[in-house]
Formats: sequence, C-alpha cells, structure tokens
Amino acid sequence: MFERRAQPHGTLASVILIAASLILALLMGAGLVALAQVSPWEAYRALFYGAFGRIYGLVDTFVKGTPLLLAGLGMVIAFKAKVWNVGAEGQIYIGALFAVWIGLYVGPLPWWLHLPLALLAGALGGGLWGLIPGVLKAYLKVNEVIVTLMLNYIAILFVSWLVHGPMEEPGGFMPQTPRVATTAQLPPLFPPTRLHAGVLVALAAALLVYFLLFHTTLGYRIRAVGAGPKAARFRGIGVERTVVQVMVLSGMLAGLAGANEVLGIHYRLLDGISPGYGFTAMVVALLGKLHPLGVVAASFLFASLSVGADMMQKIVHVPIAISRVIQGLVVLCVLGTEILLLYDLVPLRRLHQRFSSLRFRREG
Amino acid sequence: MLETVFNRLFLVTFLASTIRMATPILLAALGEIYTEKSGVLNISLEAQMLTAALAGFIGAYYTQNNWLGLLLGMLAGILISLLFALLTVSLRADQIVVGITLNLFALGLTTFIYRVLFGVAVIPPHVEPMVEVHIPVLSDLPVIGPVLFQQKAVVYLTFLLVPIAHWFLFRTTIGLKIRSVGEYPLAAETVGINVTRTRYLCILLSGLGTGLGGAFLSVGQLARFTDNMTAGRGFIALAIVIFGQWKPYRAALAALIFAAADALQLSLQAVGVQIPSQFLLMLPYGVTVLAMIFVARRATAPAALAQPYVKEG
Repeated sequence: MFERRAQPHGTLASVILIAASLILALLMGAGLVALAQVSPWEAYRALFYGAFGRIYGLVDTFVKGTPLLLAGLGMVIAFKAKVWNVGAEGQIYIGALFAVWIGLYVGPLPWWLHLPLALLAGALGGGLWGLIPGVLKAYLKVNEVIVTLMLNYIAILFVSWLVHGPMEEPGGFMPQTPRVATTAQLPPLFPPTRLHAGVLVALAAALLVYFLLFHTTLGYRIRAVGAGPKAARFRGIGVERTVVQVMVLSGMLAGLAGANEVLGIHYRLLDGISPGYGFTAMVVALLGKLHPLGVVAASFLFASLSVGADMMQKIVHVPIAISRVIQGLVVLCVLGTEILLLYDLVPLRRLHQRFSSLRFRREG
Repeated sequence: MLETVFNRLFLVTFLASTIRMATPILLAALGEIYTEKSGVLNISLEAQMLTAALAGFIGAYYTQNNWLGLLLGMLAGILISLLFALLTVSLRADQIVVGITLNLFALGLTTFIYRVLFGVAVIPPHVEPMVEVHIPVLSDLPVIGPVLFQQKAVVYLTFLLVPIAHWFLFRTTIGLKIRSVGEYPLAAETVGINVTRTRYLCILLSGLGTGLGGAFLSVGQLARFTDNMTAGRGFIALAIVIFGQWKPYRAALAALIFAAADALQLSLQAVGVQIPSQFLLMLPYGVTVLAMIFVARRATAPAALAQPYVKEG
C-alpha cells in the first residue's frame, strides 16, 4: 500500500496537509453541530464573527493565545527530545503560585525589579515542578508520562488548598488570594482592552526557543536525544543531563504561562486559573510541527477557535466544548496524513503513472 | 462497644469499596497488558474510558437497561481503540503523540455530546444503580461476606478474567504469538505471524476491556456521568501495568493497592477526618508516583514497545 519515498516531501506539502486537515476538521465539526440541531452555516458564522469580526474578539485571541504559546513552546522543547511532558497544566499552576508569592509578599519594589522578579519566580516554579519527573526519568528510568500527569492533579489540588486556606484573602468571600502589588502586574498595552505585555514576553520566548533549538549546543543535544538516545550517547552526549535540562526548560515555559495568567489577567491566585491550557498546549505544539514559529501560528489559531466557539455558544447555543473537539480533530487528521510526506500511496501513484502515460501517447 | 462496631463497619466499607474501585482500572490494565505485550504503547486508555463512560450512560439512560449501557460502552471503547490502531499501526503515526491527542479529543467530544443531549441541568440525570449480587451462603460470612461476595456482577467478572487473561497470554499459542510480536516483530513476521493483525487484535481487545471499565464507572458506580469523570484513571491503569510488570495477577494486586488509596481517601472524608480534603484527594495520585519510583528499576518492558513496525519491500 505504502512505498517509502527516496526524498520526503518538503515544507510546502506539509503546510498543504495542515490546511487540508483544518478544513476536514471544520467539516466534521459541522457534522457535529448539525447533530446538535443547529445550522452549521449559522454556527460557523457566529464562530468567525466572534473570533475576527470585532476588536474584542481579536484582543481575546491574543490574550488566550499567550499562555498557549508559552506552554506550547515548552512542549516543543520536550517533544523534540521525545521527553513526553504531559504535566504542563501542573507546571502552570505552580508557576502561577510562585509568581503570586513574589507579587504578594515581596516588596515594595519598583516595577522594573518587581515584575521581572515575579515572572522569573513563575518560570522557576514551573521548572521545579518539571525537575522532579526529569530527575526521576533520567536517573531512575521512571516513566515521565505517568509521573507528569499525576503531578498535574497534585499541583492543582495543592493550589486549591492554598487559596481555600493559608493564602485566602482575609475577610474575602471567594477562595482566592488578595491582589498582587501593581508593581508586579503585567501592564495593559491598549487599555481598556485586556491585552497586556504578556504577549510580548511570549513572542520573545518564541524567538529565544528558536535560537536555543537551532543555534546552541543544548539545542543540538536536545534534537540528538530526540533522534535516538543510543546514537546520541555514542556521540558523547550526556543523555541524562539533557533529559533533566529539557524537563526543567519545558516546565519553566509552562510556569511562565502560569505567571502570565496571574500577573496579566487575574492579578491573584484562584482555582481554575487555567482552563486546560497545559493540555491544549500539547496539540498546539504538534500542529506547529514542533517548530517555534509554527507554534506561534498554531497557538493563535487555536485561541481564535476557542474565542469564536465562545460566541457560537452565546448566539446559537452550541456547547463551547466543540472547540476542543475541532482542535483534536485537526491534529488527528494531521497525524493521520503525515505518512504521505514520507511514503507514496501506491494506488495513487499507479493512477498518476497511467494518467501521464496517456498524455504522453497523445502527444506522441 | 460502639467503637468496635464503628471500626468494623469502617473496615468493611473500606475493603468493599477498594474491590469495587479496583474493577474499572483493572479492566483497563488487563487490556493494556495485551496491547503492550504486542509492542504497542496505548496511552489513550483515558480517552477510551471516558468515551465509554458517556456511551454507557447514554445507553443505560435511554434503554433503561444497564446491561445495554455496558454493551454500548464496550462498543465505544472499541471504536476509540480502532481509531488509535488505524493511526498508529496502519498510518504509522507516533503512538504517544496519537495517545495524547486522542485523550484531549475524547475530553472535548464527551463534554460536547453530554451538553447537547442533557444540557445544563440543576439535578443531573441519572440511571438506576446496578444492584449487588449476593452469592448464596458465602455472602453471609462475617466481614468476608460483605467485602467479597456482595459485589456487582461486573466485579466478579473482572476478577475471574484475571486467571483467564494470564492463561491465554502465557499458555496458549496465540499468547505466544502476541508476546513474540512485542519482543521481536521482524522475527515474528519471518515465521509467518501477521504483526499488523496481531497488534490490531490486541488494541481492539484492550478497547473492549477498557470500554467495559469506563462504562462500569458511570453506569455501575456513580449511576451518573460527569465531565472528565475518569480523572486520570486511564493513566493509573498504565501505572498498574508497569507496577504489575506486565503480568495479570500482579496487575490485579496493583489495582487493589491503588484502589485502596482511592477508597481510603473517600472513607476518611466520609468519617470527617481533620485533614483538608485536597490532601486526601491527592492520595491516589501521590501513591502512583511513589509506586512508579519504587518499581521503575525492576520494570522490563517488552523489547519492541512503542516502536512502529514497518514492513519494507
């Protein structure tokens, strides 16, 4: 059925497949919308209006895309090394906790010191939460998929306990911490919209990760370990050390995403600061083909999808979960068609050959 | 006097719920043992369980028959596993990547379908709870009776499946074929074993078991469906496979240990222990991490695990 190509298809074919996957997923989504007894035409019109038809939607796309981009970049680093960090969600929560800690209890400080310190603390928290499974995987051969997933639940429950107990706002009615100092908040870019400086941090991070992966020895080591740990070891690469570094870096970016949410949006710590950004970040990284620039596009695309789905729920009452379904379908289609980049579909090639021989005969 | 009655009651409830709660994760783990023994790492157990939990609930709700619900749940489990097999075995996509994506997809899909069918109700819809089957004579024994012999039918079935799963995998020709495909697929293929077909078979079988487990979660245990109700159980089942060293009997023991952590936190919450509920809820996840650290060095996975088999030429 499949025959390996001498030369795999290039970037253009890859982009075409992704576009086709997106269309296919939207069509399947339309089918689901129809099952919900809503006109797919009306539903998608609401979706596009919600995402692109008004300033608020565009702003929200950037606001929601920022944590996806940051955490997605973390996934790129991990997945490139074939280290399966499914713990971004927990790393987001611990990052948020560390950032809020600095924002609440350290100071008073001038903003140019307080804000970077809080962001750094967020990255540190996420990195720490990534360090645990990293060390366990590298030196004790503990499966990182299971450990990182379990650590998600532990982190979310731990933060929940803190905001219901020790860190709860005195005299407040909600399980949440007090507001962080203004000097630790990410400043809004275009008030009164919610767009804040976090998006600049995320875009800068994308450039940094690009540089790290393709222009540093650490990036080389990461890619080598991903290509095959045995071969990497023969080339003198410290696989264990690289795995730990990968998990820490990956966790740091997720932690930064958490800091971004608490310093730029909520200004405090509370339950549910992330509606699953850590999980969506994984499919964002996959759709972006594990390339930092691809992830920039994928994160804002998926963010626009969920912003649009929000409007779709408001106007035509299609449950917002449809956005996650479509996101999953896009990536499943991409994964299912990736084989066409490496292999030729034999029946298709026969057809092509027959077609070209016909044309040849006619010309002759 | 009251103290002893209370303690005995506590113990019986705790042990009985341990066995009940071990059932869905053990079903998933038994299936995954077969899949992994054939060289495929399927981390989308969570997706299969969750989809089956919803399908099972829908089936039981609309037919008013819990058994039809369980059947529909198994079908849903098979369907998701078929999707996984198609993508990983036939289309050669990375098994872990597909698993991750399927989990996310299933989370969205189940939430979506549940909302479409049932909306946002103040009182969530429920089905008739499954009844316990009392084994004659044995169920009257003190302590042991209510713990072991007053369980739901699926529970008995699951624990009966353990020796069968063991015997089939280690004592039959098909079992040998499965294991050889997972150890050295190229060699298996040269002696005439169809690697693709064997892997499909194992993945679908796993979908069946995991589907039953998922449906039991909604239909058998809670009599309701809630968003993301599996809450990581599919991953705990993965941990059980490793902890049980890919052997059904040990997996059963492991499932009981993990379920005990879960049952303990529920029992402690019920009696109102002075520990914040969040820490009690962490218990099963913490136990899983510790168990993974404890067994990691001794765990030897099938040699060809997670490697796609590509027949060239």
